[in-house]
Amino acid sequence: MGETWYRFRKNKLAFTGFAILMVFVFLAIFAPLIAPYDPFTMHVEDRLQTPGSNYLFGTDQFGRDILSRIIHGARISFQVGIISVGISLVAGLALGIAAGYYGKWVDMVISRLIDIMFSFPDIFLALVIMAILGTSLTNVMIAIGIVYTPIFARIARGATLTVKDNAYIEAARSIGVGDFMTILRHILPNIMAPLIVQTTLSFGFAIRSEAALSFLGLGVQPDVPSWGIMLNEGKEWLELGWWIAFFPGLAATLAILSFNVLGDGLRDALDPKLRNESE
Amino acid sequence: MPDKPLIEVRGLKKHFPVKAPFLSGEKLLVKAVDGLDFNIYPGETLGLVGESGCGKSTTGRLLLRLLEPTQGQVFFEGQDLTALKQQTLKAMRRNFQMVFQDPYACLNPRLKVKDILNEPLATHHIDPKSRKKMILTLLEQVGIPKSYMDRYPHEFSGGQRQRIGIARALSLNPKFIVADEPVAALDVSIQAQILNLMKDLQQELNLTYLFIAHDLSVVQYISDRIGVMYLGQLVELTRTEKLFDNPSHPYTRVLLSAVPVPDPDHVYEASTIVKGEIPSPINPPSGCAFHPRCPHAMAVCSREKPVIKDIGDGHKVACHLY
Repeated sequence: MGETWYRFRKNKLAFTGFAILMVFVFLAIFAPLIAPYDPFTMHVEDRLQTPGSNYLFGTDQFGRDILSRIIHGARISFQVGIISVGISLVAGLALGIAAGYYGKWVDMVISRLIDIMFSFPDIFLALVIMAILGTSLTNVMIAIGIVYTPIFARIARGATLTVKDNAYIEAARSIGVGDFMTILRHILPNIMAPLIVQTTLSFGFAIRSEAALSFLGLGVQPDVPSWGIMLNEGKEWLELGWWIAFFPGLAATLAILSFNVLGDGLRDALDPKLRNESE
Repeated sequence: MPDKPLIEVRGLKKHFPVKAPFLSGEKLLVKAVDGLDFNIYPGETLGLVGESGCGKSTTGRLLLRLLEPTQGQVFFEGQDLTALKQQTLKAMRRNFQMVFQDPYACLNPRLKVKDILNEPLATHHIDPKSRKKMILTLLEQVGIPKSYMDRYPHEFSGGQRQRIGIARALSLNPKFIVADEPVAALDVSIQAQILNLMKDLQQELNLTYLFIAHDLSVVQYISDRIGVMYLGQLVELTRTEKLFDNPSHPYTRVLLSAVPVPDPDHVYEASTIVKGEIPSPINPPSGCAFHPRCPHAMAVCSREKPVIKDIGDGHKVACHLY
């Protein structure tokens, strides 16, 4: 673990991504204390203010402070990220390990199910699920969680297949350890490395998907300060106030990019093959 | 030799189905183990030798029911293991354990040594208070300093890992241990240490071994009796001295003559150099499986399968010459 951390620290880009995300996390946690204004208050006399000393990122068409809304938007984005990725990780692990460990017809059924889900473009699948469930923040998280489950399931299945053939799995069986404990103690810890990488990358995807769904009007309620909603509303005002869409877009881009470089950096730090080449 | 065997193997077979060519409609089977009958007596070491793919490892796994046999029975102290329900079998597993070939793959890299040794004890509900003491005793028995119990497997050498693997196998006080090529992956100097450790432990704990190997000198060193396998069948089974002094099956002779002699001027006898490749276990030769390569093949060998019979004093051979 120490070695992995050391290698990760040496990767400047990934470490920068990590640092930026820590700033976002900090903003999200302490949003009410940090934000200069209430994100819902409409300063009617200060509508469409350009970025300046009073409103650092300007105000929107209702006079709401963009900066405050972005800071509160970080809460929504990270909430969506954590819960939806959590759903995909847990569901994907369960399906993938079951398929890889038990094989035969279990694998057959689960793998075909994954194939079917993969055959839909992910945003289309999310739209369909949202159309069925109805619009709300909870349903956005469920929809995104379902959409990204097959990726986790496929990675978990592949990793399980490699780990399963190790003699320590047979050793556990010869001791009399049951399937559940074998999976928990011997399979799960040994397949986590690729899944940790996928988790960080998926945070970025989840934030993007929430923004996309909200942008399309199928995400959260319009007054909720989500980055996607802000982009959606801002697009109407691009000619009069570019900052309304620009800053939430910048925040989303920065967060997604940070998750991507963090994921890449973690993959390099956790990959033992790469480790040997550079030593 | 005590009369009552610890392990009795009766007509044991294991056939693995293989993918048939597309649309051929054939069902192809690899006959990895094709009819074994032998006993293992308490306190002895039975060596099992043969070329790669002859079914040695499959036999070891069948004996512990890590694989389900296609046919036949394995009796442990008179109890038919092949008929046991999974739950009963799990409880029985503490009596027979396995030591694996690859010391790098047999230990979970994410568990500390103490957790690796704790797992069998926890699985079989040993009192948590006495576990730590048992783990320390185990480490001492296999010669690993007890200060190492908080280390992970990658911090050990191959020989040390194999010692940990042996400690895990011993943790439940088993009566019978299947050792599947336990020294094949180790350096020669380390091999001797591990073999001596296994011998010492056998005396100390009154263990019975099935020792699987392809290295004849290793088997000769550790075994009381040796079984020679060829294409899933036992062709010869006798006491170690007898096998080396008086190898009776043509295949055994060929196998023994293949041991390199440390003399550059040594001339290998032409009659003992085996012809051809080992046949496919999918479609083994008719009659005696060894007849296409046998220097003494007769007409009967391709027609009739020889039965294993006693040619005197417990020396069993499956060959038409006797």
